[in-house]
Amino acid sequence: MNAFLETFFKPNLIAQYLPSILRGVVTTIEIAFAVVVTGLVLGLLLAIIRSFQIKPVNALIVIFVDMFRALPPLVIVLLVYFGLPNVGISIPSFAVLWLVLSLVLAAFAEEIFWAGILSVPKGQWEAARSTGLTFLATLGYIVLPQAVRLTVPPITNRTVAITKNTALGMVIGVPEILNQATSAQSFSGNATPLMMGALAYIVLFIPVVALGRFLETRFAWRRG
Amino acid sequence: MDALLHQFFNLDIMARALPLVLQGLQQTVLLCLIVIPLGLIGGLIFALASLSSSLSVRWGMIVAIDFFRAVPPLVLLIFIYSGLPFAGIRLSPLAAVALAFFLNTSSYYGEIYRAGIESVGRGQWDAARSTGLSAFHTLASVVLPQAIRNVLPDLVSNTVEVVKLTSIASVVALPELLYSADMARSLTFNASPIVLAAAIYLVMLWPVVRLISRLERRMAS
Amino acid sequence: MQLTLPVTEPILRVRALRKSFGATEVLRGIDLKVDAQELVFIIGPSGSGKSTLLRCCNRLEEPTSGAVHLGGVDLMARGTDINAMRRKIGMVFQSFNLYPHMTALGNVTLALRKVAGKSRAEADTLGMAALDRVGLAAKAKSYSSELSGGQQQRVAIARALALEPTVMLFDEPTSALDPELVGSVLAVMRELKAAGMTMLVVSHEMRFARDAADRVIFMDHGVIVEEGAPAELFGAPKEPRTRAFIAELTR
Repeated sequence: MNAFLETFFKPNLIAQYLPSILRGVVTTIEIAFAVVVTGLVLGLLLAIIRSFQIKPVNALIVIFVDMFRALPPLVIVLLVYFGLPNVGISIPSFAVLWLVLSLVLAAFAEEIFWAGILSVPKGQWEAARSTGLTFLATLGYIVLPQAVRLTVPPITNRTVAITKNTALGMVIGVPEILNQATSAQSFSGNATPLMMGALAYIVLFIPVVALGRFLETRFAWRRG
Repeated sequence: MDALLHQFFNLDIMARALPLVLQGLQQTVLLCLIVIPLGLIGGLIFALASLSSSLSVRWGMIVAIDFFRAVPPLVLLIFIYSGLPFAGIRLSPLAAVALAFFLNTSSYYGEIYRAGIESVGRGQWDAARSTGLSAFHTLASVVLPQAIRNVLPDLVSNTVEVVKLTSIASVVALPELLYSADMARSLTFNASPIVLAAAIYLVMLWPVVRLISRLERRMAS
Repeated sequence: MQLTLPVTEPILRVRALRKSFGATEVLRGIDLKVDAQELVFIIGPSGSGKSTLLRCCNRLEEPTSGAVHLGGVDLMARGTDINAMRRKIGMVFQSFNLYPHMTALGNVTLALRKVAGKSRAEADTLGMAALDRVGLAAKAKSYSSELSGGQQQRVAIARALALEPTVMLFDEPTSALDPELVGSVLAVMRELKAAGMTMLVVSHEMRFARDAADRVIFMDHGVIVEEGAPAELFGAPKEPRTRAFIAELTR
């Protein structure tokens, strides 16, 4: 038991590396938050554009969405991180991580929002348009409010999954939790920082998962 | 524009990297053949355990499932590969990946199975048992077949996620597809091998992703 | 928007209307007019194109060819603001199509606020007046899930009425209702007729047609077979197809 504590919970190492892990936590939260905002907004925008039914634009959206759903995020991260500098575009690694994860979330979110929009009965469109509401007004006041309620469970699931991909930032040197933890582990020759990193993730994500469950139950609303 | 083509779509470099990349693909396929069945079976065990009549088993399972869904897979993998040796457990990259994937994917598959089992009405269970069928046979012949049919799109969708997830094995130097492509990149200072690997992932997964979209849309309406 | 018409111009005029869905021609040249304060009833077997005709009248369906004029304004013309025109045409659907996430009052006032530019206070007053006209002022704060079918349809009528349309289109308004609820909706429609609303109704309610309609039109396979006053059409139909349909109905 003692050996276990020595290996994974050495007190002086905990004290020594806590600031570093906490800095990682802040970075992880910042990137995750930014990813959620840009990803969901972009996904919703793409779904709205898709509802205008302009064929060539729709084809582009579908191609974008399919690609970012079929490719592993790490592949896209490495592609952007190593490829862009060689064509003269250099952006910092946290920006690469934010950009890639936002696009991935946007792709999944678009499909979910689109399925939601499609599942609003056609009669709702017809009733609203027949009272003279414009296309956009119908979308904004009638269709999207109903569509979004249906999409809350899959959106929260998918968002949580993608924010956990912030750990991939370690591979390109983003100073998020895992990076801080593994650096500290190499320096100290002890697994305690790794354990701290794992615990940091758990502490971070249990409230997120709980928030997700709360949102799901709050938005479960019976159809009339 | 030219620089873009040269950096990302350099056919010459892709051709040179192809043998290495194909070897990586082989490893990826092998890895999938190991972790997907492991996850499917593990998930079933997790799901059945989480529906057990014993309260402690049920709670233990729920905690475990939530735990392994909360921890990012890469963190779990690094912990197993780099952390466990400090406790005297040293695993090869493949064994570490297999264990990390087993724990992570079983939790996700487990939740899907559980939702499926709960979606089969209690009446099915009651009917089967009242004809004298044992619990085991009821599960195997009546409940599970219906449960799995109900959640088949989710199972397929999750399997696609697992295939994509194998790319993180590159971080612990398992020579799968992404690792090999990245190796070729560092040797050639050109990102085209990774584009090649991306193309291979697309060929494998794009059709399935299209299929899932269609299924999702049908289930939503 | 004020529509100024010569006294003899019909409120709604349909000329040579054709509509095809792909290879299937559903409307094969319809000529129809509805004069001010008339209640015109359309009957016919399913598949005859009655609903499609109605939906072409407010361009929910785009006609393949032909013209629809509301108070002299060509609905199909490029310069026509269809959203503004649609406020002048009230439509009531078979499946009510109330917005489930809004109260009855919310349903009725939405277009008033967003399209007619009324303030919330004005819209609520007009909305309550419309709900009162259909006898549901007490249910203003209810959601559609809390209302019976008949009540939902009456709210739907109020929703169209609140915009003060010049003509109202009814697409099988009672077909989705339990029999005991049909009466309440027909009562509202009778009241509208008595108050002088111009109405075009697609329905199977023959007794209502006999009592309230000024003209009945029989459609089959995309064409108007016969039209006339209810007494003539029901009592002494001229065309064999009309006769067969009426006989089938009154069996």
